[in-house]
Amino acid sequence: MSEQQNFKVTIDNITIEVPAGTTILNAARMIGGEVTPPAMCYYSKLEGSGGKCRTCLVEVSKGSEKDPRPMPKLVASCRTTVMDGMEVKNITSEKVLDARKGVVEMLLINHPLDCPICDQAGECHLQDLSYEHGASGTRYEFDRRTFEKEDIGDYISLHMTRCILCYRCVYTADQLTNKREHGILDRGDHAEISTLLGKSLDNEFIGNVIDVCPVGALTDKTFRFKNRVWFTKPVDAHRDCPTCSGKVRLWMRGDEVFRVTARKDKWGEVEEWICNDCRFHKKETKDWVIEGPSKIDRHSVISQGHYVNTEKPHVLIDKVIGKQPKLLLDIHKVSDVNRRDVDLSKIEGPAHSDDFKKNQ
Amino acid sequence: MEKLTNKSVQVDRSPMTFGEKIYLPAIAKGLTITIGHIFKKKATVSYPEQKRPFSPVFRGLHILNRDEEGRERCTACGLCALACPAEAITMEAAERKPGEEHLYREEKYAAKYEINMLRCIFCGYCEEACPKDAVYLSETLMPTNFTRESFIYKKEDLLIPNPKK
Repeated sequence: MSEQQNFKVTIDNITIEVPAGTTILNAARMIGGEVTPPAMCYYSKLEGSGGKCRTCLVEVSKGSEKDPRPMPKLVASCRTTVMDGMEVKNITSEKVLDARKGVVEMLLINHPLDCPICDQAGECHLQDLSYEHGASGTRYEFDRRTFEKEDIGDYISLHMTRCILCYRCVYTADQLTNKREHGILDRGDHAEISTLLGKSLDNEFIGNVIDVCPVGALTDKTFRFKNRVWFTKPVDAHRDCPTCSGKVRLWMRGDEVFRVTARKDKWGEVEEWICNDCRFHKKETKDWVIEGPSKIDRHSVISQGHYVNTEKPHVLIDKVIGKQPKLLLDIHKVSDVNRRDVDLSKIEGPAHSDDFKKNQ
Repeated sequence: MEKLTNKSVQVDRSPMTFGEKIYLPAIAKGLTITIGHIFKKKATVSYPEQKRPFSPVFRGLHILNRDEEGRERCTACGLCALACPAEAITMEAAERKPGEEHLYREEKYAAKYEINMLRCIFCGYCEEACPKDAVYLSETLMPTNFTRESFIYKKEDLLIPNPKK
Protein backbone atom coordinates (compact mmCIF):
# COMPACT_ATOMS: atom_id res chain seq x y z
CA MET A 1 0.00 0.00 0.00
CA SER A 2 1.51 3.30 -1.05
CA GLU A 3 1.47 6.22 1.35
CA GLN A 4 -0.22 8.51 -1.15
CA GLN A 5 -3.21 6.24 -1.57
CA ASN A 6 -6.49 8.08 -1.91
CA PHE A 7 -9.91 6.68 -1.18
CA LYS A 8 -13.09 7.70 -2.94
CA VAL A 9 -15.96 8.22 -0.58
CA THR A 10 -19.50 9.34 -1.31
CA ILE A 11 -21.29 11.28 1.39
CA ASP A 12 -24.89 12.23 0.70
CA ASN A 13 -24.28 11.64 -3.03
CA ILE A 14 -21.27 13.97 -3.08
CA THR A 15 -18.06 12.15 -3.98
CA ILE A 16 -14.70 13.27 -2.67
CA GLU A 17 -11.24 11.77 -2.69
CA VAL A 18 -9.51 11.72 0.65
CA PRO A 19 -6.26 10.21 1.93
CA ALA A 20 -6.53 6.78 3.50
CA GLY A 21 -7.06 6.92 7.22
CA THR A 22 -9.33 9.96 7.18
CA THR A 23 -12.45 9.63 9.27
CA ILE A 24 -15.87 10.04 7.72
CA LEU A 25 -16.40 13.21 9.76
CA ASN A 26 -13.24 14.82 8.44
CA ALA A 27 -14.08 13.79 4.89
CA ALA A 28 -17.49 15.42 5.35
CA ARG A 29 -15.83 18.53 6.71
CA MET A 30 -13.76 18.71 3.54
CA ILE A 31 -17.02 18.86 1.60
CA GLY A 32 -18.48 21.24 4.15
CA GLY A 33 -21.98 22.61 4.45
CA GLU A 34 -24.94 20.65 5.69
CA VAL A 35 -23.36 17.32 4.83
CA THR A 36 -21.10 17.60 7.87
CA PRO A 37 -22.42 15.69 10.87
CA PRO A 38 -22.53 17.71 14.08
CA ALA A 39 -19.91 16.83 16.70
CA MET A 40 -20.13 17.55 20.38
CA CYS A 41 -17.15 15.61 21.69
CA TYR A 42 -14.79 15.23 18.73
CA TYR A 43 -12.13 17.94 18.51
CA SER A 44 -9.64 17.76 15.68
CA LYS A 45 -6.92 19.44 17.76
CA LEU A 46 -7.19 16.98 20.63
CA GLU A 47 -5.78 13.51 20.25
CA GLY A 48 -8.11 10.71 21.24
CA SER A 49 -11.24 12.83 21.41
CA GLY A 50 -14.49 11.64 19.93
CA GLY A 51 -16.75 8.63 20.09
CA LYS A 52 -18.59 9.71 23.22
CA CYS A 53 -21.51 11.91 22.38
CA ARG A 54 -22.93 9.92 19.42
CA THR A 55 -24.31 12.99 17.67
CA CYS A 56 -22.19 12.34 14.60
CA LEU A 57 -23.82 8.97 13.83
CA VAL A 58 -24.11 8.24 10.11
CA GLU A 59 -25.40 5.39 8.03
CA VAL A 60 -22.91 3.51 5.86
CA SER A 61 -25.00 2.13 3.02
CA LYS A 62 -22.03 0.57 1.22
CA GLY A 63 -19.00 -0.60 3.14
CA SER A 64 -16.41 -0.40 0.37
CA GLU A 65 -15.77 -1.38 -3.21
CA LYS A 66 -14.50 -4.81 -2.20
CA ASP A 67 -17.17 -5.51 0.37
CA PRO A 68 -20.30 -3.58 -0.63
CA ARG A 69 -22.43 -4.79 2.27
CA PRO A 70 -23.87 -1.92 4.36
CA MET A 71 -22.74 -1.63 7.96
CA PRO A 72 -25.34 -3.21 10.24
CA LYS A 73 -25.63 -0.29 12.63
CA LEU A 74 -25.20 3.47 12.48
CA VAL A 75 -21.54 4.32 13.08
CA ALA A 76 -19.88 7.24 14.82
CA SER A 77 -18.37 9.16 11.92
CA CYS A 78 -15.63 10.73 14.04
CA ARG A 79 -14.18 7.28 14.80
CA THR A 80 -14.80 5.41 11.56
CA THR A 81 -12.20 5.73 8.81
CA VAL A 82 -13.23 5.76 5.19
CA MET A 83 -12.79 2.82 2.83
CA ASP A 84 -12.45 2.98 -0.93
CA GLY A 85 -15.85 3.31 -2.55
CA MET A 86 -17.67 3.80 0.72
CA GLU A 87 -21.11 5.34 0.52
CA VAL A 88 -22.33 7.28 3.54
CA LYS A 89 -25.73 8.74 4.19
CA ASN A 90 -26.04 11.57 6.64
CA ILE A 91 -28.93 13.99 6.17
CA THR A 92 -30.39 11.89 3.36
CA SER A 93 -31.05 9.04 5.77
CA GLU A 94 -34.23 9.00 7.85
CA LYS A 95 -32.58 6.59 10.26
CA VAL A 96 -29.75 9.01 11.02
CA LEU A 97 -32.04 11.98 11.61
CA ASP A 98 -34.22 9.88 13.89
CA ALA A 99 -31.23 8.58 15.83
CA ARG A 100 -29.80 12.08 16.17
CA LYS A 101 -33.09 13.29 17.58
CA GLY A 102 -32.90 10.52 20.14
CA VAL A 103 -29.31 11.38 21.01
CA VAL A 104 -30.20 15.03 21.55
CA GLU A 105 -33.08 13.99 23.77
CA MET A 106 -30.70 11.89 25.84
CA LEU A 107 -28.14 14.68 26.06
CA LEU A 108 -30.85 17.04 27.27
CA ILE A 109 -32.33 14.66 29.85
CA ASN A 110 -30.24 16.06 32.66
CA HIS A 111 -29.42 19.40 31.11
CA PRO A 112 -30.93 22.17 33.23
CA LEU A 113 -31.91 24.31 30.21
CA ASP A 114 -30.93 27.45 32.09
CA CYS A 115 -29.91 29.21 28.89
CA PRO A 116 -31.31 32.56 30.12
CA ILE A 117 -28.66 32.51 32.85
CA CYS A 118 -25.90 30.62 31.08
CA ASP A 119 -23.03 32.66 29.67
CA GLN A 120 -22.52 30.18 26.85
CA ALA A 121 -25.92 30.94 25.34
CA GLY A 122 -25.48 32.25 21.83
CA GLU A 123 -22.34 30.25 21.14
CA CYS A 124 -23.43 26.95 22.66
CA HIS A 125 -23.14 23.89 20.47
CA LEU A 126 -25.86 22.09 22.39
CA GLN A 127 -28.23 24.98 21.68
CA ASP A 128 -27.49 24.76 17.97
CA LEU A 129 -27.82 21.01 18.00
CA SER A 130 -31.14 20.92 19.81
CA TYR A 131 -32.45 23.76 17.69
CA GLU A 132 -31.71 21.76 14.59
CA HIS A 133 -32.37 18.21 15.69
CA GLY A 134 -34.11 18.25 19.03
CA ALA A 135 -37.71 17.65 20.01
CA SER A 136 -39.71 20.59 21.31
CA GLY A 137 -40.64 18.93 24.58
CA THR A 138 -39.20 16.44 27.02
CA ARG A 139 -40.67 13.07 27.90
CA TYR A 140 -38.62 12.79 31.06
CA GLU A 141 -40.74 12.83 34.21
CA PHE A 142 -38.15 12.69 36.97
CA ASP A 143 -36.05 15.32 38.67
CA ARG A 144 -32.97 16.31 36.82
CA ARG A 145 -29.64 15.23 38.25
CA THR A 146 -27.99 17.93 40.34
CA PHE A 147 -24.54 18.35 41.83
CA GLU A 148 -23.07 20.24 44.68
CA LYS A 149 -21.48 23.36 43.33
CA GLU A 150 -17.72 23.24 43.27
CA ASP A 151 -15.33 26.15 43.16
CA ILE A 152 -12.43 25.39 40.85
CA GLY A 153 -10.55 28.65 41.06
CA ASP A 154 -10.80 32.34 40.41
CA TYR A 155 -10.94 32.23 36.65
CA ILE A 156 -13.07 29.28 35.65
CA SER A 157 -16.53 28.50 36.91
CA LEU A 158 -17.83 24.96 36.72
CA HIS A 159 -21.51 24.15 36.33
CA MET A 160 -21.59 20.41 36.48
CA THR A 161 -25.34 20.22 35.79
CA ARG A 162 -24.76 21.53 32.27
CA CYS A 163 -21.97 19.07 31.44
CA ILE A 164 -22.51 16.43 28.75
CA LEU A 165 -19.33 14.49 29.61
CA CYS A 166 -17.58 15.01 26.29
CA TYR A 167 -14.12 14.68 27.92
CA ARG A 168 -12.74 17.53 25.81
CA CYS A 169 -11.52 19.47 28.84
CA VAL A 170 -9.78 16.38 30.19
CA TYR A 171 -7.89 15.87 26.93
CA THR A 172 -7.04 19.56 26.81
CA ALA A 173 -5.53 19.46 30.26
CA ASP A 174 -3.66 16.26 29.39
CA GLN A 175 -2.23 17.47 26.13
CA LEU A 176 -1.64 21.15 26.83
CA THR A 177 -0.53 21.26 30.42
CA ASN A 178 2.10 19.40 32.40
CA LYS A 179 -0.19 18.13 35.07
CA ARG A 180 -3.89 17.50 34.88
CA GLU A 181 -5.73 18.44 38.02
CA HIS A 182 -9.29 17.66 37.02
CA GLY A 183 -11.00 14.63 35.63
CA ILE A 184 -14.16 12.60 35.64
CA LEU A 185 -14.96 11.12 39.03
CA ASP A 186 -17.51 8.36 39.70
CA ARG A 187 -19.45 6.39 37.16
CA GLY A 188 -22.66 6.40 35.18
CA ASP A 189 -25.24 8.87 36.32
CA HIS A 190 -22.94 10.14 39.06
CA ALA A 191 -20.01 10.84 36.77
CA GLU A 192 -18.81 14.38 37.23
CA ILE A 193 -15.99 16.70 36.33
CA SER A 194 -14.11 17.49 39.49
CA THR A 195 -10.75 18.27 40.92
CA LEU A 196 -9.33 16.03 43.55
CA LEU A 197 -10.12 17.35 47.03
CA GLY A 198 -11.34 20.73 45.84
CA LYS A 199 -8.07 21.82 44.29
CA SER A 200 -8.31 24.78 41.99
CA LEU A 201 -7.28 24.59 38.37
CA ASP A 202 -4.04 26.45 38.11
CA ASN A 203 -1.97 26.23 34.99
CA GLU A 204 -0.82 28.61 32.32
CA PHE A 205 -2.96 27.08 29.59
CA ILE A 206 -5.88 25.76 31.59
CA GLY A 207 -8.12 28.61 30.39
CA ASN A 208 -8.48 26.78 27.10
CA VAL A 209 -10.90 24.34 28.68
CA ILE A 210 -13.44 27.19 28.52
CA ASP A 211 -13.10 27.37 24.76
CA VAL A 212 -13.25 23.64 24.14
CA CYS A 213 -16.33 23.12 26.32
CA PRO A 214 -19.24 22.70 23.88
CA VAL A 215 -21.77 23.67 26.56
CA GLY A 216 -21.77 26.11 29.45
CA ALA A 217 -20.21 23.76 31.98
CA LEU A 218 -16.89 25.59 32.01
CA THR A 219 -17.21 29.34 31.60
CA ASP A 220 -15.06 32.39 32.13
CA LYS A 221 -15.52 33.71 35.65
CA THR A 222 -14.14 37.12 34.71
CA PHE A 223 -16.95 37.44 32.15
CA ARG A 224 -19.63 35.87 34.31
CA PHE A 225 -22.98 37.66 33.88
CA LYS A 226 -21.22 40.74 32.52
CA ASN A 227 -23.03 40.80 29.22
CA ARG A 228 -24.70 38.56 26.73
CA VAL A 229 -22.48 37.21 24.00
CA TRP A 230 -24.59 38.70 21.23
CA PHE A 231 -24.38 42.21 22.62
CA THR A 232 -20.60 42.22 22.50
CA LYS A 233 -18.67 42.71 19.31
CA PRO A 234 -16.00 40.17 18.36
CA VAL A 235 -12.74 41.75 17.20
CA ASP A 236 -9.55 39.96 16.16
CA ALA A 237 -6.48 41.23 17.96
CA HIS A 238 -2.96 40.16 18.83
CA ARG A 239 -0.17 41.00 21.20
CA ASP A 240 3.41 39.97 21.84
CA CYS A 241 3.00 37.20 24.34
CA PRO A 242 6.01 35.30 25.65
CA THR A 243 4.05 32.12 26.35
CA CYS A 244 1.49 31.80 23.55
CA SER A 245 0.85 33.00 20.02
CA GLY A 246 -1.07 35.99 21.34
CA LYS A 247 -3.66 35.77 18.59
CA VAL A 248 -7.03 36.20 20.21
CA ARG A 249 -10.57 37.39 19.74
CA LEU A 250 -11.72 40.27 21.91
CA TRP A 251 -15.38 40.63 22.77
CA MET A 252 -15.91 44.34 23.09
CA ARG A 253 -18.62 46.79 23.84
CA GLY A 254 -17.62 50.30 23.02
CA ASP A 255 -14.04 50.65 24.23
CA GLU A 256 -14.41 48.05 26.96
CA VAL A 257 -12.93 44.58 26.50
CA PHE A 258 -15.37 42.25 28.17
CA ARG A 259 -13.88 38.91 27.27
CA VAL A 260 -10.87 37.41 25.55
CA THR A 261 -11.12 34.05 23.82
CA ALA A 262 -9.11 32.14 21.29
CA ARG A 263 -10.08 32.48 17.65
CA LYS A 264 -12.39 29.75 16.47
CA ASP A 265 -12.76 28.29 13.02
CA LYS A 266 -16.02 27.47 11.30
CA TRP A 267 -16.35 24.19 13.16
CA GLY A 268 -16.19 26.02 16.47
CA GLU A 269 -12.68 24.77 17.19
CA VAL A 270 -9.85 26.84 18.57
CA GLU A 271 -7.31 27.88 15.94
CA GLU A 272 -4.46 28.58 18.33
CA TRP A 273 -4.37 27.99 22.06
CA ILE A 274 -3.91 31.05 24.20
CA CYS A 275 -2.48 31.42 27.68
CA ASN A 276 -4.24 32.46 30.86
CA ASP A 277 -2.42 35.78 30.97
CA CYS A 278 -3.88 36.84 27.62
CA ARG A 279 -7.29 35.47 28.48
CA PHE A 280 -7.87 36.73 31.98
CA HIS A 281 -5.54 39.64 32.64
CA LYS A 282 -5.30 41.70 29.47
CA LYS A 283 -8.65 43.39 29.47
CA GLU A 284 -7.73 46.78 28.18
CA THR A 285 -7.72 48.05 24.65
CA LYS A 286 -4.17 49.33 25.00
CA ASP A 287 -2.86 45.80 25.63
CA TRP A 288 -3.88 44.73 22.15
CA VAL A 289 -3.22 45.50 18.52
CA ILE A 290 -6.63 45.34 16.93
CA GLU A 291 -6.79 43.79 13.48
CA GLY A 292 -10.46 44.25 12.71
CA PRO A 293 -13.87 42.71 13.29
CA SER A 294 -14.04 38.92 13.29
CA LYS A 295 -15.97 37.10 10.64
CA ILE A 296 -19.00 35.54 12.23
CA ASP A 297 -21.47 33.40 10.35
CA ARG A 298 -24.40 35.62 9.47
CA HIS A 299 -26.86 33.05 10.75
CA SER A 300 -25.37 33.31 14.21
CA VAL A 301 -27.12 35.43 16.82
CA ILE A 302 -23.75 37.06 17.48
CA SER A 303 -23.89 38.84 14.16
CA GLN A 304 -27.23 40.50 14.96
CA GLY A 305 -26.97 44.24 14.68
CA HIS A 306 -23.47 44.05 13.21
CA TYR A 307 -23.77 45.35 9.70
CA VAL A 308 -21.04 45.19 7.11
CA ASN A 309 -20.46 47.41 4.09
CA THR A 310 -23.09 49.87 5.24
CA GLU A 311 -23.24 53.46 4.15
CA LYS A 312 -24.25 56.04 6.70
CA PRO A 313 -27.30 58.02 5.62
CA HIS A 314 -26.50 61.49 4.38
CA VAL A 315 -27.88 63.92 6.94
CA LEU A 316 -28.84 67.26 5.48
CA ILE A 317 -30.74 68.84 8.36
CA ASP A 318 -27.75 70.89 9.58
CA LYS A 319 -27.28 72.36 6.12
CA VAL A 320 -30.97 73.19 5.78
CA ILE A 321 -31.32 74.97 9.12
CA GLY A 322 -27.77 76.29 9.14
CA LYS A 323 -26.78 74.79 12.52
CA GLN A 324 -26.57 71.48 14.34
CA PRO A 325 -29.98 70.34 15.59
CA LYS A 326 -30.43 70.79 19.33
CA LEU A 327 -29.98 67.61 21.34
CA LEU A 328 -33.18 67.29 23.30
CA LEU A 329 -32.19 64.37 25.50
CA ASP A 330 -28.77 63.06 26.39
CA ILE A 331 -29.56 59.48 27.29
CA HIS A 332 -26.42 59.08 29.41
CA LYS A 333 -27.63 61.76 31.79
CA VAL A 334 -30.83 59.87 32.50
CA SER A 335 -29.93 56.24 32.03
CA ASP A 336 -28.57 54.03 34.79
CA VAL A 337 -27.26 51.49 32.33
CA ASN A 338 -23.67 51.85 31.09
CA ARG A 339 -22.84 54.38 33.76
CA ARG A 340 -19.45 55.99 33.36
CA ASP A 341 -18.43 55.29 36.96
CA VAL A 342 -19.30 51.58 36.82
CA ASP A 343 -16.98 49.70 34.47
CA LEU A 344 -18.31 46.18 34.43
CA SER A 345 -15.31 44.93 32.48
CA LYS A 346 -12.97 46.06 35.25
CA ILE A 347 -14.72 44.12 38.02
CA GLU A 348 -12.92 40.86 38.81
CA GLY A 349 -15.85 38.48 38.96
CA PRO A 350 -19.56 38.92 38.32
CA ALA A 351 -21.17 42.19 39.39
CA HIS A 352 -23.11 42.24 42.63
CA SER A 353 -25.70 44.55 44.09
CA ASP A 354 -23.08 46.68 45.89
CA ASP A 355 -21.13 47.34 42.68
CA PHE A 356 -23.95 49.55 41.47
CA LYS A 357 -24.57 51.31 44.76
CA LYS A 358 -21.54 53.59 44.89
CA ASN A 359 -22.03 57.28 44.08
CA GLN A 360 -25.76 56.97 44.13
CA MET B 1 -61.76 61.41 -22.35
CA GLU B 2 -62.36 57.79 -21.66
CA LYS B 3 -64.35 57.12 -18.52
CA LEU B 4 -62.52 55.24 -15.81
CA THR B 5 -65.62 54.02 -13.96
CA ASN B 6 -69.33 53.87 -14.53
CA LYS B 7 -70.03 55.68 -11.28
CA SER B 8 -70.09 59.25 -12.61
CA VAL B 9 -73.55 60.82 -12.91
CA GLN B 10 -74.45 63.71 -15.14
CA VAL B 11 -75.57 66.77 -13.09
CA ASP B 12 -79.25 67.40 -13.49
CA ARG B 13 -79.61 71.05 -14.64
CA SER B 14 -83.32 71.00 -15.47
CA PRO B 15 -85.35 73.88 -13.89
CA MET B 16 -86.76 73.26 -10.39
CA THR B 17 -90.35 72.11 -9.99
CA PHE B 18 -92.87 74.02 -7.81
CA GLY B 19 -92.40 71.57 -4.92
CA GLU B 20 -88.67 72.17 -4.94
CA LYS B 21 -89.12 75.93 -5.29
CA ILE B 22 -91.04 76.39 -2.02
CA TYR B 23 -88.11 74.70 -0.08
CA LEU B 24 -90.31 73.66 2.88
CA PRO B 25 -90.41 69.92 2.11
CA ALA B 26 -86.64 69.90 1.78
CA ILE B 27 -86.25 71.72 5.13
CA ALA B 28 -88.61 69.27 6.82
CA LYS B 29 -86.62 66.36 5.36
CA GLY B 30 -83.38 67.80 6.67
CA LEU B 31 -84.81 68.42 10.13
CA THR B 32 -86.07 64.82 10.44
CA ILE B 33 -82.54 63.61 9.87
CA THR B 34 -81.20 66.04 12.49
CA ILE B 35 -83.86 65.23 15.09
CA GLY B 36 -83.52 61.54 14.33
CA HIS B 37 -79.89 61.65 15.52
CA ILE B 38 -81.01 62.78 19.00
CA PHE B 39 -82.56 59.37 19.56
CA LYS B 40 -79.68 57.39 18.12
CA LYS B 41 -76.89 55.81 20.20
CA LYS B 42 -74.08 58.29 20.88
CA ALA B 43 -70.78 57.63 19.12
CA THR B 44 -68.72 59.36 21.80
CA VAL B 45 -68.12 58.68 25.49
CA SER B 46 -67.39 61.33 28.11
CA TYR B 47 -63.80 60.22 28.53
CA PRO B 48 -62.40 60.65 32.01
CA GLU B 49 -65.58 59.34 33.65
CA GLN B 50 -66.29 56.67 31.09
CA LYS B 51 -63.64 54.51 29.46
CA ARG B 52 -63.88 52.32 26.45
CA PRO B 53 -63.02 48.67 27.01
CA PHE B 54 -59.66 47.66 25.54
CA SER B 55 -59.41 44.97 22.95
CA PRO B 56 -58.10 41.72 24.47
CA VAL B 57 -54.86 42.04 22.50
CA PHE B 58 -54.22 45.62 23.59
CA ARG B 59 -50.58 46.30 24.40
CA GLY B 60 -49.92 49.09 26.84
CA LEU B 61 -47.32 50.03 29.40
CA HIS B 62 -44.80 47.34 30.36
CA ILE B 63 -44.60 45.74 33.76
CA LEU B 64 -41.94 43.51 35.27
CA ASN B 65 -43.52 40.57 36.98
CA ARG B 66 -42.75 38.91 40.29
CA ASP B 67 -43.42 35.31 41.25
CA GLU B 68 -45.80 34.08 43.96
CA GLU B 69 -43.22 34.73 46.65
CA GLY B 70 -42.57 38.25 45.49
CA ARG B 71 -39.21 37.60 43.90
CA GLU B 72 -38.23 39.27 40.65
CA ARG B 73 -38.63 36.93 37.72
CA CYS B 74 -36.28 38.71 35.31
CA THR B 75 -32.86 37.08 34.92
CA ALA B 76 -31.46 39.65 32.48
CA CYS B 77 -31.14 37.10 29.71
CA GLY B 78 -31.32 39.87 27.15
CA LEU B 79 -33.83 38.20 24.87
CA CYS B 80 -36.29 41.10 25.12
CA ALA B 81 -33.54 43.52 24.16
CA LEU B 82 -32.56 41.22 21.32
CA ALA B 83 -36.13 40.93 20.06
CA CYS B 84 -36.84 44.66 20.40
CA PRO B 85 -37.00 46.17 16.90
CA ALA B 86 -36.70 49.70 18.31
CA GLU B 87 -33.74 48.87 20.58
CA ALA B 88 -35.57 50.42 23.48
CA ILE B 89 -34.54 47.94 26.17
CA THR B 90 -31.18 47.93 27.94
CA MET B 91 -30.06 46.06 31.03
CA GLU B 92 -27.16 45.14 33.21
CA ALA B 93 -26.98 41.85 35.03
CA ALA B 94 -25.59 40.95 38.43
CA GLU B 95 -25.09 37.82 40.46
CA ARG B 96 -27.33 37.12 43.42
CA LYS B 97 -25.50 37.17 46.71
CA PRO B 98 -26.21 34.81 49.59
CA GLY B 99 -29.04 36.40 51.56
CA GLU B 100 -30.72 37.90 48.53
CA GLU B 101 -32.69 34.76 47.69
CA HIS B 102 -35.95 36.36 48.77
CA LEU B 103 -35.44 39.18 46.26
CA TYR B 104 -34.47 37.39 43.10
CA ARG B 105 -35.76 34.13 41.72
CA GLU B 106 -32.59 33.01 39.98
CA GLU B 107 -28.86 33.14 40.45
CA LYS B 108 -28.60 36.01 38.00
CA TYR B 109 -30.86 39.03 37.96
CA ALA B 110 -31.24 42.39 36.26
CA ALA B 111 -29.49 44.97 38.40
CA LYS B 112 -30.50 47.63 35.91
CA TYR B 113 -33.38 47.38 33.51
CA GLU B 114 -34.55 50.25 31.41
CA ILE B 115 -37.12 50.79 28.70
CA ASN B 116 -36.92 53.94 26.67
CA MET B 117 -40.60 54.66 26.08
CA LEU B 118 -39.74 57.28 23.49
CA ARG B 119 -38.34 54.48 21.37
CA CYS B 120 -40.82 51.76 22.27
CA ILE B 121 -43.39 51.00 19.59
CA PHE B 122 -45.46 48.64 21.81
CA CYS B 123 -45.11 45.72 19.44
CA GLY B 124 -45.06 43.19 22.26
CA TYR B 125 -42.07 41.24 20.97
CA CYS B 126 -40.37 41.53 24.37
CA GLU B 127 -43.32 39.85 26.03
CA GLU B 128 -43.22 37.10 23.46
CA ALA B 129 -39.46 36.58 23.75
CA CYS B 130 -39.36 36.43 27.56
CA PRO B 131 -38.55 32.87 28.69
CA LYS B 132 -39.24 33.66 32.34
CA ASP B 133 -42.70 35.29 32.07
CA ALA B 134 -41.15 38.45 33.47
CA VAL B 135 -42.09 41.24 31.11
CA TYR B 136 -45.72 41.86 30.23
CA LEU B 137 -47.52 44.61 28.38
CA SER B 138 -50.38 45.71 30.60
CA GLU B 139 -53.72 47.30 29.73
CA THR B 140 -52.60 50.72 30.88
CA LEU B 141 -52.06 53.60 28.51
CA MET B 142 -48.66 55.17 28.84
CA PRO B 143 -48.96 58.40 30.80
CA THR B 144 -47.99 61.58 29.02
CA ASN B 145 -45.48 64.02 30.41
CA PHE B 146 -43.75 67.30 29.68
CA THR B 147 -40.12 66.18 29.94
CA ARG B 148 -38.30 63.63 27.86
CA GLU B 149 -36.39 62.35 30.91
CA SER B 150 -39.56 60.96 32.42
CA PHE B 151 -39.98 58.55 29.55
CA ILE B 152 -36.91 56.53 30.51
CA TYR B 153 -38.56 53.89 32.66
CA LYS B 154 -36.21 52.29 35.19
CA LYS B 155 -36.64 48.96 36.90
CA GLU B 156 -38.34 50.58 39.90
CA ASP B 157 -40.96 52.11 37.61
CA LEU B 158 -41.66 48.86 35.84
CA LEU B 159 -41.70 46.35 38.72
CA ILE B 160 -45.10 45.46 40.11
CA PRO B 161 -45.53 45.98 43.85
CA ASN B 162 -44.43 43.07 46.01
CA PRO B 163 -47.54 41.06 46.94
CA LYS B 164 -45.90 39.91 50.19
CA LYS B 165 -45.51 43.42 51.57
